[in-house]
This record gives sequence, C-alpha cells and structure tokens, in this order.
Amino acid sequence: MNNSKRLLAGPYLLWMTGFIIIPLILILYYGLTDRNGAFTLANITAISTPEHMKALWLSLVLSFVSTVICLVLAYPLAMILRHRGVGQKSFIVFIFILPMWMNFLLRTLAWQTLLEKNGVINGILTMLHLPSQSLINTPGAIIFGMVYNFLPFMVLPVYNVLCKIDDNTINAARDLGASPFQTLIRIWLPLSFPGIVSGITMVFVPALTTFVISNLLGGSKILLIGNVIEQEFMKGSNWHQGSGLSLVLMIFILISMALIAKYDKNGEGSAF
Amino acid sequence: MNKPLIDLVNISKSFDGTLVLDDLNLSVKENTFVTLLGPSGCGKTTTLRIIGGFETADTGSVIFEGEDISKLPPNKRQLNTVFQKYALFSHMNIAENIAFGLKIKGKSRAYIDDKIRYALRLVNLDGFEKRSVDSLSGGQQQRIAIARAIVNEPRVLLLDEPLGALDLKLRQDMQYELIRLKNELGITFIYVTHDQEEALTMSDTIVVMNQGYIQQMGSPEQIYNEPENAFVADFIGESNIVPGIMLRDELVEIFGARFVCVDKGFGNNTPVDVVIRPEDIDLVEPEKGTLRGVCTHLIFKGVHYEMEVTTPDGFEWLVHSTDLCPVGKEVGIHVDPFDIQIMNKPASEDEEAVGVNE
Amino acid sequence: MTRTKQLIRRVWQDFYLVIIMAFLYAPIVTMMVLSFNSSKSRTQWGGFTLDWYAQMFASRNIMSALHNTLLIAFLSALIATVIGTAAAIGISSMKQVPKTLLMGITNIPMLNADIVTGISLMLAFIAFGISMGFKTILISHITFNIPYVILSVMPKLKQTSRSTYEAAMDLGAGPVYAFFKVVFPDILPGVLSGFLLAFTMSLDDFIITHFTRGAGINTLSTLIYSEVRRGIRPSMYALSTVIFLAVLALLLVSNFAPRKKA
Repeated sequence: MNNSKRLLAGPYLLWMTGFIIIPLILILYYGLTDRNGAFTLANITAISTPEHMKALWLSLVLSFVSTVICLVLAYPLAMILRHRGVGQKSFIVFIFILPMWMNFLLRTLAWQTLLEKNGVINGILTMLHLPSQSLINTPGAIIFGMVYNFLPFMVLPVYNVLCKIDDNTINAARDLGASPFQTLIRIWLPLSFPGIVSGITMVFVPALTTFVISNLLGGSKILLIGNVIEQEFMKGSNWHQGSGLSLVLMIFILISMALIAKYDKNGEGSAF
Repeated sequence: MNKPLIDLVNISKSFDGTLVLDDLNLSVKENTFVTLLGPSGCGKTTTLRIIGGFETADTGSVIFEGEDISKLPPNKRQLNTVFQKYALFSHMNIAENIAFGLKIKGKSRAYIDDKIRYALRLVNLDGFEKRSVDSLSGGQQQRIAIARAIVNEPRVLLLDEPLGALDLKLRQDMQYELIRLKNELGITFIYVTHDQEEALTMSDTIVVMNQGYIQQMGSPEQIYNEPENAFVADFIGESNIVPGIMLRDELVEIFGARFVCVDKGFGNNTPVDVVIRPEDIDLVEPEKGTLRGVCTHLIFKGVHYEMEVTTPDGFEWLVHSTDLCPVGKEVGIHVDPFDIQIMNKPASEDEEAVGVNE
Repeated sequence: MTRTKQLIRRVWQDFYLVIIMAFLYAPIVTMMVLSFNSSKSRTQWGGFTLDWYAQMFASRNIMSALHNTLLIAFLSALIATVIGTAAAIGISSMKQVPKTLLMGITNIPMLNADIVTGISLMLAFIAFGISMGFKTILISHITFNIPYVILSVMPKLKQTSRSTYEAAMDLGAGPVYAFFKVVFPDILPGVLSGFLLAFTMSLDDFIITHFTRGAGINTLSTLIYSEVRRGIRPSMYALSTVIFLAVLALLLVSNFAPRKKA
C-alpha cells in the first residue's frame, strides 16, 4: 500500500527532472563549451575581464549594502511585530508582509515615479523652492529599490523565528540578571539566527542577480552582473558566455544555500 | 530570626479590565517554603510574576527586606525564578545555561566552573556539563532550570508550577528533592501550584487563593483540618459541606440531629456551614448513630472503601472507611467533636470570594 | 519598569511602525492617486478622472496580456496543485533518504535565483525543440509553482495522524475511499492555500516569464516592463492600482478566510 502511495511522486519526479535538473545541466554544458561544442573554461574566466569584474563587484557591493540595511530595518520591526501581533496571522503583521506579494515590477515602477527627474520627490522639492536632486540612475536609487523590494523577505523569516521564542526564555534571562541589551545580544540574536540567515539569503540572492531594478532605476549606464547575463541571452545571444557567467553567479547562490542548510536545519526561518 | 523577607502590600492587578488580584496582602518569612495554591486563574501565577518583576502591579508595592522594589526590573532583584516549562536556553549547553547568570555578574572562570559542578551535584546530574538541552528528559531539564537559578545564590527562589509537565512518579520524586534542596540551601521558596497534594507535602505555609483573593493562609495541618470556608474545604481534599445551625457554643444541629463540637463564638441559633472530612465519619450500628442513613454506593479504592450514605433528608454523605458497609444496609453516622469544623455562612457571593480574612 | 517608560517605549515603537509603513506604502499610494489624476504631470493635480481606466480597458495589448496572465496563473496553479499534492503524499510515505533527496530538489527553484531558473528553462525549451509561447510560459510557471504546493501540503500531512486513516480502514473502507473521506479533508486547507500561493506567485512572476515567453506573447508583467522602458503612461498606474487591489483581495481571502475552519 505504501508502495502505491510512493508512486504518486512519480509525475513530480519526471517533471522536476525534465524542467529543473536537465535545464541546470544544460547551463553547465553551455557554460563549459564553446560554439563548436568543444570543452573550454573561457566562459568562466571571462568573469575576470574588467567590465565583468566591475559589474560583479558593483552587484556584490550594492546587494551587500541592501542586505545590511534590510536587516537593520527589519529586526526591530520584527521585534515590535512580535510584541504586538497576536498570533501568526494578525492583521498588523499582514500589513507589513503584504508588499512582498505585490508585483515586483509595479513596486519598482512606483519608485521610478517617485525618484525620476520630474518625479514626485523632485516636484515636492521644487514646490518648496529647494534645488532638485538627481536621484534616479544612481547606485543609491538601486539600493533604494532593492531595500524596498526585498525588505519583507527579511521581515517575515525573522518574525517567524522570533514568534517561536518563548516569553519565559526571555524572562529567565532577565531573571538571571541580564539587562535588556545583554538579553538582546545573548538570547534574542542567537535564538533568531536561523531566521536572520534565511532572511539574508532571501534578500541577498535576488539582489545580487537582479537586472530589473538596475534597469529601471539605474539607467543604462550602470550594469550589474544580472544585466550582463540578461543581455548575453536576450541581445548578444552568446549563450555560452551567459551560461558561464551564470555558473559564476551560482557559486554565490550555492554558498547561501549551504549557509541555510547549516544554520537553519529545521526550516524554522522559512518564509512560507 | 524568622523576620519577614517579602511583603506584598495592597497589590491589585487587572488585565484588560478583568481584576486578577484585588488588594492582596502577603508576608513571607525568611527561610520558609511558601506555596500559593489555587485553581487556574486564581491569581497565583500573577502574584509570583509581580514578585519576580515580570509584571507591574497596578497599585501597591513589593517590599524586600524593608525596601520597596516595585520599580526594579527583574535583573536587579535578588531572587530567581524556575519557570513552568523550564525556559532553558536551547542554543547553549548545560554548563553555559547554568553559567549564564554568573557570567553576567562577571564572576571568574574558576568560580563559575566550581559553581557549575556544585549545582550539578546538588541536582544529581554530575557530568552533564557538555550535554545539549534537547538531549535531556523533562525531569532533567527541570533540575537544570533549578540549578541555573540557585547558582546565583538568590535569597528567594520562585517556582512556577515547576513539576506541572512531569509524570506522576517523577513529580513525587521531585517533591522530596525540592524539600531536600530547600533544607540544604536554607533559602526561601515561593512555590505556585494547583496541586493540593504537592502543597500539603512540601510547604511550611500554604496560601490558598481564589478569584484574586487569599482565602486562607496557614500550615498544611491548619488548612486541611480547619478550613475557614467552603472553598478551602472543597479545594483541599474531599469533604462533606452541610448546612447547620449553631445552637450554642459547642453544639451544632445538622438535619435535625445534634452534634457535639469544639467550636465557640458563633452565637446562638446561627446558621453555619459544617465541614466533615469523609475519613472522619464513623459508621456504627443504626441505633448508635447521631444520624441514620442507607448506604447507596460502594467502591473499593485500595487503601479504603469509598461509600455514599444517604440520609432521609436526601443528603449524600461521602464516607472513607476500611470497614465495609454493603449497599442497601442501614447504618448510623457518628462524628467525633474535634472532627467537626464550623464555618460562617457567606452572606453573599462576593463575601464567599473574599473568604474569611479575620 | 515604570509606566512612563513603557509609554515612551510604545510611542517610539509606533513611530517606527509608521515610518516603515510610509516607506512601504507611499509609492503604492502615489501610483493609486496618479491613476485618477487627469493631468499627465506627476506633481500637479489636474482633477479627478477615470480616463486612464477607460484607456486601459480599451487597450487590446493590456487586455490580451491580462487574459494571458489570468489563464496562465489559473492553469499553472491547478496543474501544480494536482502534481504537488500527489507528490507530497508520495514523499511523505517515503523513507528518510529519498525523502530528503526529493525535498532537496523541491528547494532548488525556491532558493535558486530566478534569472538562472529562467535561463535554464529557456535553454531546455530550445534543446527540446519546443517553440516559445504560451506553452513554455505555462510549463515554467508549473515548474516553479509545484514546490509551493508541496511546502503547503506537507505540514498538513504531518499533522494528519496515521491512526484516523487506519481507523477508516479498520471500519471497512478501502484505501482510496479512506483517503478521500478521511485524509483529504484534513489536508484540504493546505491544498487550497498551496493553490492560492501558486496562483499569486504566477501573477507576480516577471523574470522567468521574461526568458521563456518568446516574441508574440505578453503577460501583464512583461507588458509593464516593455512599456516602462519606453516611458510611463498613466494607464500603467491604472493597471497597477487594479492589480494591487486584486492581489489584496486574494490575500485577504487566503489569509483570513480559512481561519474560521481551523
């Protein structure tokens, strides 16, 4: 009887093999061959050209900064929500998670509206007779867009983990003489670490690989590694090169997957 | 030498408009085992949390050795708590858990190691230093929670239903452990439970609480033998509570029959409640009994028989006895004068909650 | 802690909540307001109008993209729910090692970057000789939706005790009957929330669609992307507002409706 039950996973296994495993192998194949199908490492080593290095470095810097900002903003927020929200599904929590489900293009579009040269913020500045600022097409605008888009991805896992911490664990620390700050450092932070790691990954990976945010808020002059890869596939049509760069990118993704597996063994910090 | 260590003065507390504690006054002497006993929602845990500093009372103050500590945060109070579900730090091993309070206080490594060894020996868990919290059973976790609290040498140990999550056998073992610990440490224990047997076994003083009021405070013997009101009588052990009329000092009439008792000062012809424990009822020949009835129910309980004797007025008396009386047989009921406990009738429901405070 | 301190702390917390809330919602609200602004300027209020909504509904491009988006979201969620629920039941009856392996595969599309998933699918479709279009978008969406369904159904399966299923068999029910009468009602909330999650994810997706759509077909996301790069038109604000309200309604239903049953 259990045998027949297990067979129910058959279609799934076939599907995932066909559309997850094989496609990934294809990237590997394209990444390691040239146009004639011969083995080469050139697509991988192409990352070391100045323009690719510049794009990768900028991607790393911007996504790192965005992740840090998200964490700094989200942790206090998750703490407050934990103290306020009654149960996992309280309305106030819902309000802060809601933007996560908004179409991500729309969210970026919204910031474009605010930041543009004759956008809303500059409009307000002009009305107040203040000099207008060039906000759009700067790395700052990209960071803004990343933080805005991915903040809920940090809030949710951290909040979920915080909710699982028993009040009495905190009381016990206070009871044993820990000040509020010591309690934060020695109890809250270590106990919520799985959520923090999960949140960092959920922000860092999409930020590192994005091409949409940089395209809409960074203008055509700022290229992230995501833009480079996208162009190889959609414009340059050098798929081998694109696949090779994707493989480089996947190293970073694999590192974050390994981090999650190490620190969030029980899936405590998962957002869904 | 037994001077008051903690005084609760006029403490009131409400949550969302519901009064949980109403003008509570309680004095705890040094080096005693005090148990707050009552049904859930009676305010006992709230009282403990106010002493521990996890709740702030709406009014009133907490006095510790003559000093008002009402506004002190928990980390500044000279007392430690053992929580209901242990509340161990799951990201630390056993030694780190126990060392937590000492590290905060900045004690030396050698002192801390010494204390950990001492505490683990005290709770019979030598060699558990490197174990993880998850690898311990409930009973072991409870011992660690106690060890973690006592290494800080608190003047008072607060225990919030610490044995509630353990099974019966383990609970009984831990009761003796706690008594031993208290004697070895020579500090004050304030213990919260809803289990009357636990309270009777361990305490020097029991504080029976209900609906935010103290119903009675006294030694286990006093609480059991001389309950001051129907709530206490009913909550502690089983009892027959019957209406009676105090004819004069030392004579009470129950269902038309006159019983000699030892209580005085209720006035003449006053309606009262009479408490008689089931094991204090002697079943005798019908003609020798003060009251007559028919045995209507019989269960063998091991150490004794549990019987119900119905008297002509319809009251079913609960009787525990090693003598068997078959169902349907007529028997007489006799009660020795000192086994009869007289209580004032509550004038209203409100007074019933307040109980007899004088 | 004294009362005043508590009060001050509460005020700070409220302040912080309001700041973050403003950060999260100001852009969305701005778009909504602009969608009713008859002036094309973003800073001047030219009076209330529904013109942009009329323009939006009149646009063939937008309407066909909307049609595609909804159809793909519905079909991909439905197929993913069937495959995913069956998979969850199968996986949960497996031994530890194959279970871990399959759950690992389930996690790949969730943890992998969308751009890599998109590219890899595009390469696969070309390698398999499947021409890009509606089909390929649908297959891609089913692929990234299946894990969400599995992750919604799995916890419910864990909660369902074996004994109720065995009790049903003991009372004479066959395995299939016992499953549909006893187990399925128990996991139904998970199946439904998996479906809704998949539906929402499909609506929201841009990146994977971008790589697998081919030239002739647009979903709302890809349409917005191409429009925005040419310059924002107010009808886009109207479209955004409609999508926001639709997603809001969907989420309110999925978050707060099943609560009564539980």
